[in-house]
Amino acid sequence: MTTARNRAINRIHRDRTLAAKTRLLQVPEAAKNQVNGTTFPDERLELIFTCCHPALATDAQVALTLRTLGGLTTGEIARAFLVPEPTMAQRLVRAKRKIKAAGIPFRVPPDHLLPDRLVAVLAVVYLIFNEGYGGRGELAAEALLLGRALAELMPDEPEVHGLLAMMLLLDARREARFRGGEMVLLADQDRSLWDTAQISDGRAVLDRALALHGRGPYVLQAAIASLHADEPRDWPQIAALYVELSRLTDSPVVELSRAVAVAEAEGPMAGLDIVDRLALEDYRYLHSTRGELLRRLGRTEEARDAYRHALALVHDDAERRLLERRLAELGTATGSA
Amino acid sequence: MKYMLLIHQGTTPTPQSPDEWAKLSEAEQKAVYADYQAINQTPGVTPGLGLDVPETATTVRVQDGKTLTTDGPFVEIKESIGGYLLFEADDLDAAIELASRIPAARLGGAVEVRPIVEW
Repeated sequence: MTTARNRAINRIHRDRTLAAKTRLLQVPEAAKNQVNGTTFPDERLELIFTCCHPALATDAQVALTLRTLGGLTTGEIARAFLVPEPTMAQRLVRAKRKIKAAGIPFRVPPDHLLPDRLVAVLAVVYLIFNEGYGGRGELAAEALLLGRALAELMPDEPEVHGLLAMMLLLDARREARFRGGEMVLLADQDRSLWDTAQISDGRAVLDRALALHGRGPYVLQAAIASLHADEPRDWPQIAALYVELSRLTDSPVVELSRAVAVAEAEGPMAGLDIVDRLALEDYRYLHSTRGELLRRLGRTEEARDAYRHALALVHDDAERRLLERRLAELGTATGSA
Repeated sequence: MKYMLLIHQGTTPTPQSPDEWAKLSEAEQKAVYADYQAINQTPGVTPGLGLDVPETATTVRVQDGKTLTTDGPFVEIKESIGGYLLFEADDLDAAIELASRIPAARLGGAVEVRPIVEW
């Protein structure tokens, strides 16, 4: 943490007033990619910590980051998040006004605040990536650019490299994740569509994170993504990493992923035992995972119920069609639609 | 920057409700006094005046020129202001840090940080 801060501090021009610094947030709509270019190359780090300040709502943090660091136009951000442009414009105006009025500082946070605040920055980039992962590729690409910029600006932070590595490794499978608009699960993907150069790139970034003794949530997720790119996959090792991730995050969603890995390593019953202990009643992937495990156990009727439960919770068309295919594959012998 | 820190007691035990206050250990009670003292002595802080409990509040409205009064605070008792202080600081981070040291913030209440408009 200290090294990153020291590097950053060297870049800060202390004599500037806060007001002068926040001018960066008042960039005109037409000025695209101003931070990727050469106009303010030294102030990107301050800028991202300001944009991702926890006193701003998360959706405002995301929008501001894309607007000021990504150089996206308000219209592009609005389209990416499926909200009307005036709504997004208002969100940005309100956020910029709050930065100014409330005195949100334009600086890299001091040491005692940095760990928490870095978590917030990484969360925003991850959120942008996740939005893109569902199919909107331009957001994933934007998140990768931001991730690379952060890795360049904070070269000694393992979690920064962890996040970038994870994004690179997941994004490398983009082409294989959809076939004619239909979602393809990892096990069924055409590996020749994987971007092998990007996988190597992701693994190199992961090595950097590990060399920095990183063992945080993003580093662990990157390591898991790296193992998923192997054939055959080392399921016991993946399950072990999920144990570690679960301990760090205390998240039932991570436990669900662990259940999938355990099912592969030890059989569907062991996975189902974990799934059935989770309080995730409204989470569609809980039910689709149960459906898959029950199918493997030959408990067709229960599998059908689980898939139907998942279908009732799904919003995404591609996911819906995938579930409908699964349901159809179970046959119509006993069920009635 | 100048900020007003509005202290909402929420379910925080205070000496004004002795039964609740007695639920805190003696060490915790002392910590509350010590924390408020330290906050009031922090450079940049102008301590607020003491407010009696929200139950003693009277809310006043004027409709059609007539003054209407109701018993109690404008908002729910649990949401009403329990105290305030002024803080002159470099930025919001400093104000958030001070707010996080106010006992009510950890004992069931919350602190609202509001920038003061300079005219």
